Amino acid sequence: MTEKTLIMQGVRDKRPSLLSSLPFFVVALTLLPVLVVASSLLTPTWSVWQHLWDTILPELLLNTAMLLLGVGIGTLLLGTALAWLVTAYEFPGKKTFEWLLVLPMAMPAYIMGFVYVAIFDFAGPVQTVLRSWGLERLVFWQIRSGFGAIMVMTLVLYPYVYLLAKAGFAEQSGSAMEAAKVLGSSKTRLFFQVVMPLARPSIVAGVSLALMEALADFATVRYFNFPTVADGILRVWHGLMDLGAASEMAGLLAIFALLLLLSEHRLRNRRAYHQVKGKNQGLPTMFLGGWRGGVAAGICSVVVFAAFGLPLTQLLVWGSRGIGQLTPGYLAVYVRLAGNSLSLAAIAAVVAVAIALLMASLTRLRGGTLSRLLTQLVTTGYALPGAVIAVGILLPLSALDRGINMLTAAWWGVTPGLIFTGSIVGLIYAYTVRFMAVAYNSVDSSLEKIPPNTILAARVLGASTLRLITQVQLPLIMPGILAGAILVFVDVMKELPITVMLRPLGYDTLAIWVWQMAAESLWTSVALPALVIVLAGLIPIKLLLSQGK
Amino acid sequence: MNKKSMYLALGVVAVIAAFVLGGVVDLFATEEAAGKPEVVNVYTSRHYGVEPVFERFTQETGIQVRFTTGSDALLRERLRAEGKNTPADVYMAVDAGNLWLAGEAGLLAPVDSKVLRDNIPANLRDAGNRWFGLTRRVRTILYHPGRVNPAELSTYEALTDPKWKGRLVMRPATHSYTQSLVSSLVAAHGPARAEEIVRGWVANRPTLIDSDTRILEALAAGQGDVALTNHYYLGRLLQANPQFPIRVFWANQNDRGAHQNISGAGVTAHAPNRDNAVKLLEWLATAGQADFASSNHEFPANPKAAAHPIIVGFGEFKADALNIGEFGRLQADSVRILDRAGYR
Repeated sequence: MTEKTLIMQGVRDKRPSLLSSLPFFVVALTLLPVLVVASSLLTPTWSVWQHLWDTILPELLLNTAMLLLGVGIGTLLLGTALAWLVTAYEFPGKKTFEWLLVLPMAMPAYIMGFVYVAIFDFAGPVQTVLRSWGLERLVFWQIRSGFGAIMVMTLVLYPYVYLLAKAGFAEQSGSAMEAAKVLGSSKTRLFFQVVMPLARPSIVAGVSLALMEALADFATVRYFNFPTVADGILRVWHGLMDLGAASEMAGLLAIFALLLLLSEHRLRNRRAYHQVKGKNQGLPTMFLGGWRGGVAAGICSVVVFAAFGLPLTQLLVWGSRGIGQLTPGYLAVYVRLAGNSLSLAAIAAVVAVAIALLMASLTRLRGGTLSRLLTQLVTTGYALPGAVIAVGILLPLSALDRGINMLTAAWWGVTPGLIFTGSIVGLIYAYTVRFMAVAYNSVDSSLEKIPPNTILAARVLGASTLRLITQVQLPLIMPGILAGAILVFVDVMKELPITVMLRPLGYDTLAIWVWQMAAESLWTSVALPALVIVLAGLIPIKLLLSQGK
Repeated sequence: MNKKSMYLALGVVAVIAAFVLGGVVDLFATEEAAGKPEVVNVYTSRHYGVEPVFERFTQETGIQVRFTTGSDALLRERLRAEGKNTPADVYMAVDAGNLWLAGEAGLLAPVDSKVLRDNIPANLRDAGNRWFGLTRRVRTILYHPGRVNPAELSTYEALTDPKWKGRLVMRPATHSYTQSLVSSLVAAHGPARAEEIVRGWVANRPTLIDSDTRILEALAAGQGDVALTNHYYLGRLLQANPQFPIRVFWANQNDRGAHQNISGAGVTAHAPNRDNAVKLLEWLATAGQADFASSNHEFPANPKAAAHPIIVGFGEFKADALNIGEFGRLQADSVRILDRAGYR
């Protein structure tokens, strides 16, 4: 038994209380939709599986593997490198780049995918100009391909890694680095053998979020004619009209995601990442002057341009064509939609992060393999296509509504109608389930770095669990909490299928508006609300990032 | 907690409280609207241009239309899950297969209406009166007149000719438009011959683009010479730019006619405002028919209603008279054929 487990056992809260049973309750609630989906595996539809295996499944599996590999490597390199650049160095425009680099996240992947295809395909402006100059031989790319899909998804998803890695670096104490420096370590060695390993929980948390998002995506890969397993699920559901078989595929996807998560966790579990950090003892920064500073700023500019500037410009061009539609009536609609989107996103972010924090710290304080496994299970919902998880959420919620209506009808002879489906309560519950992984990964990776001694000290001084969480852990992991809140917020702003299934009648959001217009290929009308999504995402990002320091 | 983070937390809480309050007020506002005047609630996957038409219905009848949009399949699952408690009176979809499936799943109740029977041709509605086609959309052959002589064109089947190798632009198999087209081939020729035809298309290596609008733009730019799309996308592009260079060719005029699908609607099995729902359907099939179809450059289902001038300009044509419900019945078979033939 390691020293860490001994200490953790020593500080475990052994008094049975309502608080300590909370994680199990929350886990059960968040796990329900995933179980509903996965339970279809108990009654497999063999004929569909046989057909899939004979036709498209091998291709889907291969494409999925390629997508995961490409997006994994892409986001790891891009996200970590950029986070390190803005953490360890000072260069011209660094303060601005620090938050500009987060912005691509506010761009829904389905918008980004379409925009990229529209710019670079045969009928798009780039190839059209090349053709008019007689330079069509310069077209070396086929944008509708696996390469295109991987590139666009990397550009949209790298901020997950960037944000969490940045939090991971920010939470590091400078003393480990100082020690290494004093011992004569080179800068490269310093980075790879001291800084990286210490930030590993955060980086890995970010990459696994990006991978789960890639696994769940079906809208973007369609633009690129690059069908993955998630796309296959939708093919079976909509095409073969077999929701059961589609759920079975989704169940397998969830198991696959779970295995990935667990194997990662086993690797991580053998090490300890505790760090002691006093006030103002973060990593030292180095000033890059002259051409070095120029290069650093240049790299950031290229990324911001490719992942944000270019698609934004295209949206603006389309938007300016649609400017004629912008009557006061339309503006009022946008304002209302933006209000709905913002409020849903804000509530969901707070709820999800609060639950994740409780769950993560209570499982840590209590220890135990079972509760570990359960909390890990909760995060698999993120790897399922939103549309499938939406069905998994709808079923238990509507059963609940039916039950309530039956009871009230029997007791008082009234039926209150639908309370959970088609209300904000149901929506928030669904968002929390869907994005629990985002909040949990962010919070948990930060918690991992709190030394057990700190907790031990608090316990010795007689702190209750609640006090321990609010007064000791909370201030220490503020960067992780804020990162988690931003991620959930922005994810909810973009979310589509759950909102479609569970929103109240006539209650619309920006994402729904964008989707309606996109489904009809009305790109001039898509541009403005898409811009509002991006802008609305921008405010909290800017705000939280500046507060997080 | 230090002072700064305390203020931050307080600020966040205040902002959220404001939003929640706003959201709740918004909710009550809609709830209140539900109580008093006559309403009809619509779940619709058709959202292009429905709003002005619904407004006209409200002006003429005093019945308010509240609608929630979403994809066909999601709205159907929502309807199924809500069961007896559903607020929805009307399910409106943009593809016959989805209406057929909703009907088979018991989500729609039959409507015995003389108005609907007299105005909607029998092949465009359910034999059991559970759903009714309201507009017709024709998936046919589109070509660039500079590179294709219309005399070269004839049928969907003829696009398997090797002379079209590398010149076709089509929609991926995931879209219901492609699936229902293949269903019409299955209905006409049987599954084995239909699969041969699909394999013939695949052998010509068509460019696959998942947007009809983008397909037409690719055709205009020269990425291909011949495409299969729904007619109204060209209608829209011509509305924006009368010089758009692509032309319509009506397919299979010497045999069964061009492939048509519908957008349509049915009254839900547990509609709380059933009478209003029937009124909406009848109105859409008669007084509102021309507006409803023209809002999306579609052909009216009611032969007495006038079509939009732009699509009238595409010329007279013969449409496949097959009952539209067949597309639902044959859809799963068609998807299997597409998968086997390597059409992605």
